[in-house]
Amino acid sequence: MGVSETYARGRRLAGEQPFAIVVGLVAVWLVWFLVEGLVTGRIRVSNVLSYAWDGLLRGLIVGLAGIGLSMTYSILNFANFSHGDYITSGAFSGWAVTYLLAGLGEANIGSLLLVGAGGSVFGGALGIGITTSPLAVVVGMLIAGAASIGLALFIDRFVYKPIRDESGIALLITSVGVAFALRYIIVFVFGTDVRGTTSAGEVPRVSFYLIDGSFRINAHDITLLVVAVGLMLGVHLLLQTTKLGKAMRAMSDNEDLARITGIPTEQVIRATWIVGGGLTGIAGYMFVLWKGTLGFNDGWLLLLLVFAAVILGGIGSIYGAIAGGIVIGLTASMSVIWIPSEFGRAAAFFVMIVILLFKPQGIFSGRTTA
Amino acid sequence: MTETTLYDRFERVIDTDPKLVVAVLAVIYLAYIASGVAFGYSLRGQLNSLANLTFYIGVFGMLALALNLHWGYTGLFNIGIVGFMGIGVYVTAILAKPPVAQGGAAQVGGFGLPLGIAVIGGVFMAAFFGLLVGLPALRLRADYLAIVTIAFSEIVRFTMMSRTFQEFTVPDTVLGYDLAADTVGLGGGGGLILNYASPLEALLHALYLWEPYLGFVSFVQANLIANNPRPVVDGVVYGLLLLAVCGLYYWLLTWTGESPFGRVLKAIREDEDVANALGKDTNRFKLKSFVLGCALMGFGGILWYAGRGSITPPSFRPNITFFVWIALIIGGAGSNTGSFLGGAVFAALLYEGPRYIKNLIEVAFNLGDGPGNFGQAMAALGSLDPVPFVLYTLNSISELRLVIMGVVLIWLMHNRPEGMLGHRKETAASIDLSRPGGAKSDAAAADGGDQQ
Repeated sequence: MGVSETYARGRRLAGEQPFAIVVGLVAVWLVWFLVEGLVTGRIRVSNVLSYAWDGLLRGLIVGLAGIGLSMTYSILNFANFSHGDYITSGAFSGWAVTYLLAGLGEANIGSLLLVGAGGSVFGGALGIGITTSPLAVVVGMLIAGAASIGLALFIDRFVYKPIRDESGIALLITSVGVAFALRYIIVFVFGTDVRGTTSAGEVPRVSFYLIDGSFRINAHDITLLVVAVGLMLGVHLLLQTTKLGKAMRAMSDNEDLARITGIPTEQVIRATWIVGGGLTGIAGYMFVLWKGTLGFNDGWLLLLLVFAAVILGGIGSIYGAIAGGIVIGLTASMSVIWIPSEFGRAAAFFVMIVILLFKPQGIFSGRTTA
Repeated sequence: MTETTLYDRFERVIDTDPKLVVAVLAVIYLAYIASGVAFGYSLRGQLNSLANLTFYIGVFGMLALALNLHWGYTGLFNIGIVGFMGIGVYVTAILAKPPVAQGGAAQVGGFGLPLGIAVIGGVFMAAFFGLLVGLPALRLRADYLAIVTIAFSEIVRFTMMSRTFQEFTVPDTVLGYDLAADTVGLGGGGGLILNYASPLEALLHALYLWEPYLGFVSFVQANLIANNPRPVVDGVVYGLLLLAVCGLYYWLLTWTGESPFGRVLKAIREDEDVANALGKDTNRFKLKSFVLGCALMGFGGILWYAGRGSITPPSFRPNITFFVWIALIIGGAGSNTGSFLGGAVFAALLYEGPRYIKNLIEVAFNLGDGPGNFGQAMAALGSLDPVPFVLYTLNSISELRLVIMGVVLIWLMHNRPEGMLGHRKETAASIDLSRPGGAKSDAAAADGGDQQ
């Protein structure tokens, strides 16, 4: 009885969702490959942990940037392709201030404000780091958030507001235009070179010995962890305990109904851009602090991972965006255990495509904004 | 009043599509020729710049037409165009490159097949990957399809760049066949050197026109350009060839659009549920349309890059995809004539225009070197010397044109989202629906008043 029932259910599953079975088999193989590798010593435990740590931190950045994207995606109902360039804009504006504060008196102000365009100043030479110049880093981070908020509000006022009622696709295409304009204005001002921003040698780090190798954590890892978790908690409290969170949820469910109920929709939209833009700018700044380089393409290259996180977590859910970000970050970093390292990002995109095909409402489906 | 009559008269002059196309192309070419003459280009420089312009009009026209099949006809939001182009040209390259043993300098070899067969292989592969992506993804919402296709095109680019696929050794015999190739691969970050005969030469050989062509080149050498005229003539002829292919695309897509198949596609674009309710298997129609469009994009990619001497992965960044989208939106999604015109206008004004103007200014005024970065430019501007700033702007023109493209795209979406010709109604009926007695057959007159 039990056996035949299980068999019948298995058959139905095979008939209805052949892909699901393939995905399941692939997952089994992945686990077997990892366990077998660890047991035979082909894969080092310390390496796996390092990848996981790297993936977690990358995931926090993706998640932090993803909260803003997720909120605008559900409330304004469009996929914002310029979000990646908000990340870059935040990073550049924040780093300009950090350079200025860290290097005042050591180099000319123009070069500092241009974040050392053309190799005129090097972040390493200025000794930038959370322990060596904490004030410059903290102020830079706040400016990054503020600048992104300003930019997001400005662009919303002049670009998205006039066509608020258009379809999501029209807004998406418009956001591509915004992305181009922003990215290449940044190139015009700051140049195309990728610069090193921190003095990597001076960042304090601790090294653990773990079973079969060492595992390192540096001060910037900890900074990122603290800032990201703190901001995520802050957003959680903001949306849970204030009326704003409720208004956002109401709006993403049904905008007309929200307006009839007396929710000032334009103000909610503005608040969405402020929260989302601020987090995005800080995410961009922390990303650069953590990886130590800054280039005009950083945000754009991160954007698809952010989309992947948002879709994975379910559009509109900030917890989904955070969880999705961590999953995507872990995927991108840990996939090198199984596949060549060039395909880390490809693996993350692949996970996103698989989720879109089988569970397009995301893993936190049904819940929107908080 | 006078404005209306002027507009009417203008409309009457360009009332048919061929006339409209000829008129727009004539304006573009006249502007380029006139400014070239004004700034004293030599005949060689003039021809070179026109060949370049024609090349980009051709490729963008072609790709915009292919995209129109996806977006304009079927409503499929594909932003993975560059991935399909890349697949087309990489497969062509691998099939056509001579084996290392014969080829000499190239780092990775190929199968050494004739170029024609290689091109067919490339187009087929682009279509195959279109099928692979489309089969699961076409069920998705438009914005999800967009994200899947752009992720796909990035995965294609990562694959091109990866060391894993850089080089493979081909066994001497596969299933009993002796293959000519010794090593094949995607070449990694260094890309592939296309060390086969140029596509133009291969085509002319195939048509038995190579000897007459060489005769024509020596005629040009004797009468017009004394010093090494081959590259110039090659460029011009290849450009014209691309325009001819655009014509073929146009014919193919118009024919497709007017067929019963095309009418179903338009029904899907308007309302997929209705088409479904009328008994059409919309998934199958969408898939066919997607695969055909991907094949055309693959062929467009081949024509763009296969004659370039080498291909590298950075050429296949998503920027190209968005260029084609801007071209289509300028022209107007849904109209084949509009798509081609959009491609032509985009190539002439936004893609080549800024660079052309920069070259002209550099030829006309000897301005010297500009400042190396924005800071020096601003510093000079602060001390009321605008020249360094102007020079810096000119030197950054290839980046600034992307800013211009972005702004134009925003402006279009605000003010004219239907583009140049997208306002037309494409009637699905196979008979002429216009009233006898001169009323226009399209809806242009109805909303023509607000397009100043």
